[in-house]
Amino acid sequence: MRHYSRYDTRIIFPAGHLPLFAIVLTSLKNQTGFWLIAQLKTGLTIHNLRKALADLIDGFLRIELWSTMGMQEIHDRYRRSMLGPFWLTISLGVMVLALGLLYAGILRQEVGDYLPYVAAGFTVWGLISGLILDGTRSFIASESLIRQLPGPLSLHVYRVLWTNLIIFAHNIWVYIITALIFSINPGWNVFYIIPGLLAVLINGLWIGVLFGLIGARFRDVPQIIASVVQLAFFLTPIIWRPEMLTGREFIMTGNPFYHLVEIVRSPLLGQAPTPEQWLSVLSITIVGWFITLVFYTVYRWRIAYWV
Amino acid sequence: MAHIHLTNVHVSFPLYELTGRSLKKRLMASSTGGRIGAEPTAKRTTIVQALEDVTFNFEHGDRVALIGHNGAGKTTLLRVLAGIYEPALGQVNIAGQVAPLFDIGLGMEMEATGYDNILLRGLYLGLTKREIKRQAHDIAEFTELGDFLNLPLRTYSLGMRMRLGFAVSTAIQPDILLLDEGLSAGDAAFMAKANARLKEFWNKAAIIVLASHSERLIRDMCEKAVLIEHGRVVASDTVDKVLAHYRHIRPVQSHEDTPVG
Repeated sequence: MRHYSRYDTRIIFPAGHLPLFAIVLTSLKNQTGFWLIAQLKTGLTIHNLRKALADLIDGFLRIELWSTMGMQEIHDRYRRSMLGPFWLTISLGVMVLALGLLYAGILRQEVGDYLPYVAAGFTVWGLISGLILDGTRSFIASESLIRQLPGPLSLHVYRVLWTNLIIFAHNIWVYIITALIFSINPGWNVFYIIPGLLAVLINGLWIGVLFGLIGARFRDVPQIIASVVQLAFFLTPIIWRPEMLTGREFIMTGNPFYHLVEIVRSPLLGQAPTPEQWLSVLSITIVGWFITLVFYTVYRWRIAYWV
Repeated sequence: MAHIHLTNVHVSFPLYELTGRSLKKRLMASSTGGRIGAEPTAKRTTIVQALEDVTFNFEHGDRVALIGHNGAGKTTLLRVLAGIYEPALGQVNIAGQVAPLFDIGLGMEMEATGYDNILLRGLYLGLTKREIKRQAHDIAEFTELGDFLNLPLRTYSLGMRMRLGFAVSTAIQPDILLLDEGLSAGDAAFMAKANARLKEFWNKAAIIVLASHSERLIRDMCEKAVLIEHGRVVASDTVDKVLAHYRHIRPVQSHEDTPVG
């Protein structure tokens, strides 16, 4: 049994009763975007929230489908090459080696120390940026399926998580080999990688849902996000070290990518993430999920129309 | 008992022009004071009313044909019944497991083998891996594709692909079956065999809703019919009465008879 909430395109939203949004609303008032904001007001109901949550749970339960789809996607990309997805491992390995040696020279770093750091950083960055880039296309990439098959939409986001996790499992070998060469022993702290990865995936889920939804509506969003991610790579300590930054620390501490990278990278390098890092990731998760749930509650049913 | 109850269902589509699909342009337009050359922003979205006030009830055992010219809203209505489109207004009350079979080749992977495609397609249709494994042998047997099933789909002819799609699609047992045109099974030699399976498949479903232009198919399969014009239900009655009505309002188009299986 399915019921549908009402919305009316002609509702006039009383602009100004929230001072913060007043300016935005007045600038949008004469546009069709205003129509979407009207939806935000009428669509935000407990009933719709329950359906959004059910979609996220049902999507996860279709694990057989999205894991098969994810595997299929990986196979598809590399089916006719002999090494398969290990091509990715090799290209990452070459990049780590070349950039690691170059920047060790530029930044006057000890190679034995710096190369494992870069290898770990690139591996983790590959996962996070992959989640974001594929996440913005999560619904667009499955448009023909969405228009023909009923079912929870979130399964397409779980597929993105799964493919990126498989790629990560291939890339991690670059770090493992580097660590073996330079005899890095991370000790027991390496097990912090499990909660760390879980935290990244939980964040990857909201990113895929929220960005995927916006990307389905506004088709230039994937390109905008791609540029932002590229910029974030340079602003995040991956080829440089956090200690090298003196002054302007806000660039790092205010950078959500830094915290997400650090929570997986530091266990790889044998350090336990600090409580502050856990706290930062926790707040990113809460804020991200809050915004996502608001948007998913209101616009989930529209995705099938948009793709 | 399966049933489909639709009450005052409205579906409208926003049609975005290129600027409406761009976030950058949207933001630019709201930040700059004047709207230079951006006059169309006011009418950027055209809203197409695809379904208007659709109400009907189908009960257990109904075989319903959706009739209407191209763009009348048949496919949209099928998607609403499938739960893909949630209507902006109105209520959809469906009891029973729904299986939409709109495109027999949906989600087929050209690089994957025939067996992989049986698995994938079965999962799309809502079967579990275990159920598919149990049926895989029967499906494979029915397609008569033999060792080809171990080869990637790109090596198949169109007819072979259709056989595979047909065999997997008819392996499910839904309560409610939604069809956009008939299920095509490929070459003529295969047809006789396919028709027997199709009969059995149809008889198992509690409710069938079929959108079609083929009068022959409609008369063969359905007792009830719903005529849709411009997103509205114009007539809902027995097949004979509705077809007569359709011929009356659209005399030119009654000769259409596409071959179907």
